[in-house]
Amino acid sequence: MILPRPHKLLLPFFIIMGLFFVLPLGLGLIYSFLKAAPYGGVIWEFSLEGYKRFLYVPDLRGMPVFDTGYLEIILGSVKLAVITTVLCVVIGFPTAWYMATRPPKQRDLWIVLITIPFWTNLLIRTYAWILILRTDGLANTALQKTGIVDAPLQLLYNEFAVTLGLVYSYLPFMILPIYATLERMDWRLIEAAEDLYANKIRTLWHVILPLTIPGILAGSVLVFIPAIGSFLAADMLGGSKQMMLGNLIERQFFSSRNWPFGAAISVVVMATVLFGLMLIAKRGQGIKDALR
Amino acid sequence: MSDCLVIESVTKSFAHADAPVLAVDDLSLNIRENEFFTLLGPSGCGKTTLLRLIAGLEKTSTGRILLSGDDITHLPPNRRPVNTVFQNYALFPHMTVAENIGFGLKMLGRPAAEIATAVTDVLKTIRLEQLGSRKPGELSGGQQQRVALARALVNRPRVLLLDESLSALDYKLRKDMQIELKRLQRETGVTFVFVTHDQDEALSMSDRIAVMHKGRIAQLGTPQEIYHHPANRFVADFIGICNFVNGGIFGLTEAHDVGFRPEDVQLNNRTHKDGDLQAHGRLTHITYHGATTRFQVTLNSGEQVILAPHTPPALTVDSEVTFSVPAYRLIRCSV
Repeated sequence: MILPRPHKLLLPFFIIMGLFFVLPLGLGLIYSFLKAAPYGGVIWEFSLEGYKRFLYVPDLRGMPVFDTGYLEIILGSVKLAVITTVLCVVIGFPTAWYMATRPPKQRDLWIVLITIPFWTNLLIRTYAWILILRTDGLANTALQKTGIVDAPLQLLYNEFAVTLGLVYSYLPFMILPIYATLERMDWRLIEAAEDLYANKIRTLWHVILPLTIPGILAGSVLVFIPAIGSFLAADMLGGSKQMMLGNLIERQFFSSRNWPFGAAISVVVMATVLFGLMLIAKRGQGIKDALR
Repeated sequence: MSDCLVIESVTKSFAHADAPVLAVDDLSLNIRENEFFTLLGPSGCGKTTLLRLIAGLEKTSTGRILLSGDDITHLPPNRRPVNTVFQNYALFPHMTVAENIGFGLKMLGRPAAEIATAVTDVLKTIRLEQLGSRKPGELSGGQQQRVALARALVNRPRVLLLDESLSALDYKLRKDMQIELKRLQRETGVTFVFVTHDQDEALSMSDRIAVMHKGRIAQLGTPQEIYHHPANRFVADFIGICNFVNGGIFGLTEAHDVGFRPEDVQLNNRTHKDGDLQAHGRLTHITYHGATTRFQVTLNSGEQVILAPHTPPALTVDSEVTFSVPAYRLIRCSV
């Protein structure tokens, strides 16, 4: 293949992406249409077993029985990811607003502060939450010492803990894009809205929010996608009861040894996310056009 | 005419690193009903701050602002029946032209049908009937300017505030908009308070002008009063060109320098009227400006003056000249 000069510089990119991204993705897609070998791996024979497994689980005799268990895990994951994204918007927007309204020098400091969590590994940071949330942890000790509760609360190993872990992990990805759009916003538009009889809430609703939508959308994409596939938070903070898509996929490749099913889940998740992204991209483009 | 807007010894100071800055300094002012009132001054004179105080976008440090007799000093901007045309227009980029114009009425809770009618009417007034569904980004500067004007005027405010609203337009468009603004003011009968640093604009449009200097009013009057009878040297220098010379060159004995406008002189004229003051000098430079020609003359006293007689004579540089100024055109100011 003869490439024009500048394109040659892209060769490492194409090699890395081809070998470690496109190839595994293709393999995953192929594996999802094969038969599972009993002890892991696949048998090279076309089959839709992987996809059927979403709704039909074999009983003791090996007969397929309708079961919504997996569907519930998928919907549960989507629900958790949506809740996480919404919470990140609710917490992230005021934070970004506060940052964007500081004097320029202070803003830089805030950006550094927001990125500090990334200096430590996510595994360690998630583990820290166990120390905070467990029965004799920091949170319960504080609640009991101040007399707010008598007996320790069950804060760990439930949906609350998983959501907390997810929001904590991905909040910076929401704050930074919203901050970027707020910082570029023309603040005189707010004065114009106030001059035209809008109170603070209506200024926020009619002027500030519509102009911040590109940032909110970008942040939502950056939070939702990793959140839906995350398995660390569910694994460590959710105990065995809280299973998310990421955990389900991981399990198919290790303990359950059903590679085609694991691959099929991945494919379905990716297709869903891709479809959602296309919708957002379309909407985002519309917004960009609207702002031009 | 009754007073529409009363500014009562208003002061505005901004906190600053070293010492507080006085943007508006104990300023009092009465603006009449249906008046085209202009705040004129160089940048940093406090004219925009005063406008923002009237709009409620800044809070007064001391003093009161009364609108039709009501104290509005502490009302937030959204509860004042005044509207602003911002310097950069500040149109909402995500709304159409019609939505922009209807925004104020919508916030006032007017029914949709009434808003639609009002928007259509005002679009007609500013001659942009066809552009209601466009976005501001698709309009030219002049069109955006008119939309900004319509967005404020459609609310029928008691006072319309215009902040350097024409300065972003090019020369030709600015001239057109000056006429348009004047027409809209006459047609709507709304009191206009116009802020500008452009003396031409101020002189051509205003009923009255307040020339501002260092947060205070240097002079308040009609354009004619301000131009021909400047109260002080600052006003004389800021509005147009004014020559200030020692009275001695006209054979006068005055405590202060006397001033005269370049276009009030006659150069090398033979007929000498009674009451005309005469002086001599040497022509050092000629600049041609199309409609006028400016002659730079060095007087025998060494002072330099600029002369722009209505009928410029044909002269060559370095020639000796005589010029005269009618005595009643002489500007005497003590400060």
